[in-house]
Amino acid sequence: MPHTNPASPILQLRGAQVAYGQIQAVKGVDLDLFAGELVSLIGANGAGKTTTLNAIAGTLQLSGGSMSYGGDSIAGLPAHKRLRAGIALVPEGRGIFTRLTVEENLRMGAYTRKDKAEIEADMQRVYELLPRVKERLQQVAGTLSGGEQQMVAIGRALLSRPKLLLLDEPSMGLAPLIVEKIFEVIHTVMKQGVTVLLVEQNANLALGYSNRAYVMDGGKITISGSGQELLHDPKVREAYLGEIA
Amino acid sequence: MQTLLQQIVNGLVVGSVYAVVALGYTMVYGILGLINFAHGEVLMVGALVALSAITFFQSVLPDLHPIAYFVMGLLVAMPVCMAVGYTIERTAYRRLRNAPRLAPLITAIGVSFLLQTLAMIIWGRNYHSFPQLIQTAPIEIVAGVFMTPVQMTTVGVSAAMMIGLVILVTRTNMGRAMRATAENHRVASLMGVDTNRIIALTFIIGSALAAVAGVMIASNYGVAHYSMGFLPGLKAFTAAVLGGIGNLAGAMVGGIVLGLVEAIGAGYIETWTGGWLNSSYQDIFAFLILGIVLIFRPTGLLGERVADRA
Repeated sequence: MPHTNPASPILQLRGAQVAYGQIQAVKGVDLDLFAGELVSLIGANGAGKTTTLNAIAGTLQLSGGSMSYGGDSIAGLPAHKRLRAGIALVPEGRGIFTRLTVEENLRMGAYTRKDKAEIEADMQRVYELLPRVKERLQQVAGTLSGGEQQMVAIGRALLSRPKLLLLDEPSMGLAPLIVEKIFEVIHTVMKQGVTVLLVEQNANLALGYSNRAYVMDGGKITISGSGQELLHDPKVREAYLGEIA
Repeated sequence: MQTLLQQIVNGLVVGSVYAVVALGYTMVYGILGLINFAHGEVLMVGALVALSAITFFQSVLPDLHPIAYFVMGLLVAMPVCMAVGYTIERTAYRRLRNAPRLAPLITAIGVSFLLQTLAMIIWGRNYHSFPQLIQTAPIEIVAGVFMTPVQMTTVGVSAAMMIGLVILVTRTNMGRAMRATAENHRVASLMGVDTNRIIALTFIIGSALAAVAGVMIASNYGVAHYSMGFLPGLKAFTAAVLGGIGNLAGAMVGGIVLGLVEAIGAGYIETWTGGWLNSSYQDIFAFLILGIVLIFRPTGLLGERVADRA
């Protein structure tokens, strides 16, 4: 079900480069995201996936190339301003505020918003989407299980009302059953109109849910196509889905 | 028994001031992992600015109620100190955010010298008598136990500042953002928090508290001078470490406990040492406590983190 949108992409990277000092982690990436898509970025460890995501969220800045969001260049914009523009990142390792309660974590997601009534309505929507979170509202977030923390991290990101949601390895360290649940939540979020860019090690699962996908290797995009195409591509199967061709 | 009660009262007065100053140390440590050794000098600036403001208002607006001058002094000292705190963070510490831990520590000591020297240039080397705008005649509160109105004001104002700060940090969006930033700058920025702004606010709030503490200390002792911030600063730092640096409740508990230990120690040191040491050696207790805490319980009474960064 390739979901092609003839309109201009909401996010566009052209020749994007990111360096850590002398070491170049992302070496010229072209990437397009169209409104309403769920796109995944897969690849081995150290391929530059997380770096790319951080550069889109603004916690890292490009060292070369260009990045536009909604048609405007966002290169140089700090992370806190990108959130206001509608880009939210659920970081690798969840990034929960462990000393804050679950409710405080969620409300941090709405930090930039002033529409109190709408925030409360969105809190209710998050509780519906993530019932487990509601049971734990007053608990200190550091005491939650990994799966619950991931749910809080996603709920928190949704409370900023993102147009573009970036997820960095939401399945990391979680039991298969919980991973399935989290992917269902991500899919629901996409259905509600949020554009999603997902970085995953669990390529099999990610491709199954994705409209399109990019494969990254050595800081570059090596293969791209629809989720189904990549799922059946022998090269992808061999390299990333743990199959011996 | 009366001596003990009297010393407890005195200890609470001193301790409440330590607590207010310690909050400034602990807030900055919590958010930056930095011990701002210039914090004590901000207190001194507060006292001297208040002194100048009070002298000025007394000459241009004579015949006001003494309390009015006191309040005016505070209202001038607080914004000046807030500006000083902001300037320190912006010019001295911000560019060292990612520097090795020794750099900001040495810078803090440098800022401390700088402020002392500037104060010496502006206000001179002499001790200035600080106007006694609040009554200093002791009032008997329980049989044989006395408290002066200025002491009562000190405890009352300190308590109000502490309650205000706790409400700010635990109940407001800004406070939540401060706690989030303290835990993880990067993730806080992903929530749309301008972490530089939150860090600057932390310095500004801490400096406002220091200004109030400085005016309280000057009012209690009736003097102000350019080096008056050093010892209270060091003691408040001790209080923050005692309570567990980075922990707000710890700073308040640490301040009160330190004030009590010091006052009770000062009241009895002469008896304990058979007249060999007298109450002018009271500073021994603060630093004895600092040593003991750092050796046996570096996380402090309530803290969960070790003070591993200067």
